[in-house]
Amino acid sequence: MIGTWKRWLVPLAAVPVLGLLAYGFRTDPRAIPSPLVGRSAAAFSLTTFDGQPVSLEAYRGRVIVLNFWASWCYPACYEEAPVLEAGWRAYRDRGVVVLGVDIQDTEAAARRFIAQFGLTFPNAPDPTGRVSIDYGVYGVPETFVIDQRGKIRAKHVGAVTEALFREKVEPLLGEAPG
Amino acid sequence: MRRGSIVLLVGLLAAAWVAEAAVNEDQVTAIATQLRCVVCQNLSVADSPSEMARQMRDVIRERLARGESPEQVVAYFVDKYGEWILLSPRPQGFNLVVWVAPFAGLFAGLGVVLLVVLRWTRRPAAPPEALAPADRERVRAELERLDE
Amino acid sequence: MIPEIGHAALIVALVLSLYGAIVAALSARSAAPRWLAAARHTAVAQFVLVTGAGVALEYLLITSDFSVRYVANTSISTSPLRYKVAGLWGALEGSILLWEWLQALFVLLVARKAATLRRELGGYTLAVLFVVSGVFLLLAAVITNPFERLPTPAAEGRGLNPLLEVTDMLIHPLLLYTGYVGFGVPYAFALAALLAGRVDETWLTATRRWTVTAWLFLSAGILYGGWWSYRTLGWGGYWAWDPVENASLMPWLMGTAFVHSVMVQERRPMLKIWNLTLITLTFALTIFGTFLTRSGVLSSVHAFASGAVGPFLLGYFAVILLGSLGLLVWRWDRLGERAELETLLSRESVFLVNNLLLVAFCFTVFFGTIFPLLAEAVRGVKVSVGVPYFNLVTVPIILLILVMMGAGPLVPWRQGSWGRLARLLRLPAVLALLGSLALWLVGGVRGDLVALGYTLPFFVAAAVMLEFWRAARGRRRATGEGLPTAFARLLRQNHRRYGGLIVHLGVVLIAIGVAASSVGKVEREVQLQRGESLELGRYRLRFDGLGASEQPTHLLVSAEVQVFEGPRLLTTLRPGQRLYPTSQSPFATVGVRYGLMRDLYVILAGFDREGRWATFKAQIHPMIAWIWLGGGVVVLGGLVAVWPLRQRVVTTVSAPEGVVIAGASEQAP
Repeated sequence: MIGTWKRWLVPLAAVPVLGLLAYGFRTDPRAIPSPLVGRSAAAFSLTTFDGQPVSLEAYRGRVIVLNFWASWCYPACYEEAPVLEAGWRAYRDRGVVVLGVDIQDTEAAARRFIAQFGLTFPNAPDPTGRVSIDYGVYGVPETFVIDQRGKIRAKHVGAVTEALFREKVEPLLGEAPG
Repeated sequence: MRRGSIVLLVGLLAAAWVAEAAVNEDQVTAIATQLRCVVCQNLSVADSPSEMARQMRDVIRERLARGESPEQVVAYFVDKYGEWILLSPRPQGFNLVVWVAPFAGLFAGLGVVLLVVLRWTRRPAAPPEALAPADRERVRAELERLDE
Repeated sequence: MIPEIGHAALIVALVLSLYGAIVAALSARSAAPRWLAAARHTAVAQFVLVTGAGVALEYLLITSDFSVRYVANTSISTSPLRYKVAGLWGALEGSILLWEWLQALFVLLVARKAATLRRELGGYTLAVLFVVSGVFLLLAAVITNPFERLPTPAAEGRGLNPLLEVTDMLIHPLLLYTGYVGFGVPYAFALAALLAGRVDETWLTATRRWTVTAWLFLSAGILYGGWWSYRTLGWGGYWAWDPVENASLMPWLMGTAFVHSVMVQERRPMLKIWNLTLITLTFALTIFGTFLTRSGVLSSVHAFASGAVGPFLLGYFAVILLGSLGLLVWRWDRLGERAELETLLSRESVFLVNNLLLVAFCFTVFFGTIFPLLAEAVRGVKVSVGVPYFNLVTVPIILLILVMMGAGPLVPWRQGSWGRLARLLRLPAVLALLGSLALWLVGGVRGDLVALGYTLPFFVAAAVMLEFWRAARGRRRATGEGLPTAFARLLRQNHRRYGGLIVHLGVVLIAIGVAASSVGKVEREVQLQRGESLELGRYRLRFDGLGASEQPTHLLVSAEVQVFEGPRLLTTLRPGQRLYPTSQSPFATVGVRYGLMRDLYVILAGFDREGRWATFKAQIHPMIAWIWLGGGVVVLGGLVAVWPLRQRVVTTVSAPEGVVIAGASEQAP
């Protein structure tokens, strides 16, 4: 029969599995790292709720904070809306533009959201979802920081705080466009 | 003559367009079943009722109509979302482990069972203790009756 | 007041469970009857307290007491009564309470039977069960307390998750949990046998009925879950290889292997170590299942919230696994294993192969489920392992299992002969080929698909039915009774074997249903204007209009779809969407026309707010009803196998160990 010490392999075989499961506590199955960081941002062309056309090309030379949101995304989008508005007002003269893209939403609800927070930065709906898919968006809110040359420098999943502006946007301001 | 050939050309183009659309739908589903619906839990883009999945199916349809091959369409999504969007891991690199493991496990188990059975059949059976032959016959008859 | 009483009840029950474990262990070691009586009384008290806590929570739910966090999370004042009741297990804390209630119930049932068992076995079994109960009470009373108050009472509750607002919610969790908790009983018996140092057949015969009953409930729970998913989730499928679904399948697979391989140990002192390992793994996998559902380690549609529960359950899982296997290794030499086989081909070796296939299946599912974690640990990249992978990888094993289901029961114990087996298999094989040929020629199903999906199930069905036929005919010859009587007597005399064969038949029906509905599924997604029709297969579906109605918890938008076959109106379907205020995406209400040979399944995918157009996804699922019918047959077979019959008179005969007298073991519960 099986030798005495070899028998202990039976329970010991379970240990690596347990270790792997414990490792699972440190990971979040819903946090998917984006492959787009460090690559050129996809071009897009949308029309804001005010009827103005916006596109990636139009903002070349400025740092873009591209924020994907929806009026039903509670509480995260509601938490970050004032932060984005404040960031827009603080940085708009320093070569930064905040652009909101509303996805999987209705126009009425979106307008109500914009009015509720008094958002003055450009917001455009993405009715076909093409732009959100082009940016690999899988939930709301998600925010991208794009530099003056159109390269994605950061992606943030979840509600934005002013730390984003401080840590991700500020360092880019000194870089030369083009 | 010229009008006839124009009609024929239009007819052929229409037929080609219809034929392409018909082929596309099955292809769309085939591609959609490979992709993971990003807002759902564990459903494929083909099965998911969500709006996001519908938009993704539209993207697939549009790209196929533009002439892209299924591999290119899938590659586009992987490019944007990462490997995670494939519902079945690509059989390359470390992922090969998950493709090989089931069969390796089965064959390893088969090997163990064969070894064990061979060892056990070689060992002579210990005779049951002190049972009178008449009783043993009765036991055997009972067993056979039960196994019927 | 009430929440505090409920919480106190749980804490007292926790203390009692520890006390109960101690007195039960003492009753195993001492012959004094007072210890067992104390254990029995403790079991009653524990059950009463846990029931009281459950009643308290139900009261809070029904009266919509939103000062309690759990009630505010799972209930809304406008809910119908039955959903308020179901809120008890609609979220994490309550589900733990339900689990514990079932555990306390099983402790009570075993305590009542303990007097008929051998002293050591009964005592240690109860002790183990009390400890398990204590663990869940620790969870329920301390870590996931459902009676926790909110700092300020909420004005209104959030309501039950809309996916759970269906009648099925009252049935599916109960079935599953009973199965999970039920497997704890044979596990406790096994552990008790190890602790007592006596591992002979007595522990097996004592637990046989418990094991099959737990298996029955788990099977019913899994099948019901698939049926629920099909009818209400709105994607036309019934199994998505979701991690939590897999977590219910794995103990079922191991439990099935166990149910088979104990039959070997009942007859000869073989496979003892293996059986003990098997039941340990079965029980451990039920804990693994609850861990997956509640830890947030893998993403799943079933997942509850996470928190401290995850690490606690992982720790518990580790203790069960390492502790039990360690105990097994420690007692290894005392097990008295004497493995021997006369020939290569015998029922014993058939069961070994059965175990191999089922365990390999379980390993495949397990590895695929945790591979995303492994890949992330090794490569730092997230991958998905989903339906396409599992479908591909499990098909070979399932086909092999089907073969064994057909050939296995025909192999006799101890000494089988290949020649006899081949002769017995000839007729089923021929019938299967003929049936498949007919299907191909007449039914127009593609050849290669027939071979894969139908030939093997036909073969097994033919083999099973021939077994019945042969046995009934044999009875008739011997006793001269009519065929129906012969069948009935067969089931009565050897209900385990024939119940098992009926289960095999049920599995075959399920296999046919799965094969037909996956391979033959057709689907179309079309946007229709009002009055327009879409064609699918033999049906024409006409969209007649949209309607909306206010329900207590949601807005229901439904479309009226008339279904025609040729000129004949078959039925009216009303697929719809349920819109809840708390959720962005709507929940589907499908319109289904059920049938034996095909289901017509219509989903409302999108609609115009003015009611002018709607997008429909229509599917035809051939023979999908066979899955649910097959499930019913499986449950029926299980009931036949486990049903308590008229007690046979048992005369005690002393025989040396190692000799099993046929028929005498029917008495044991």
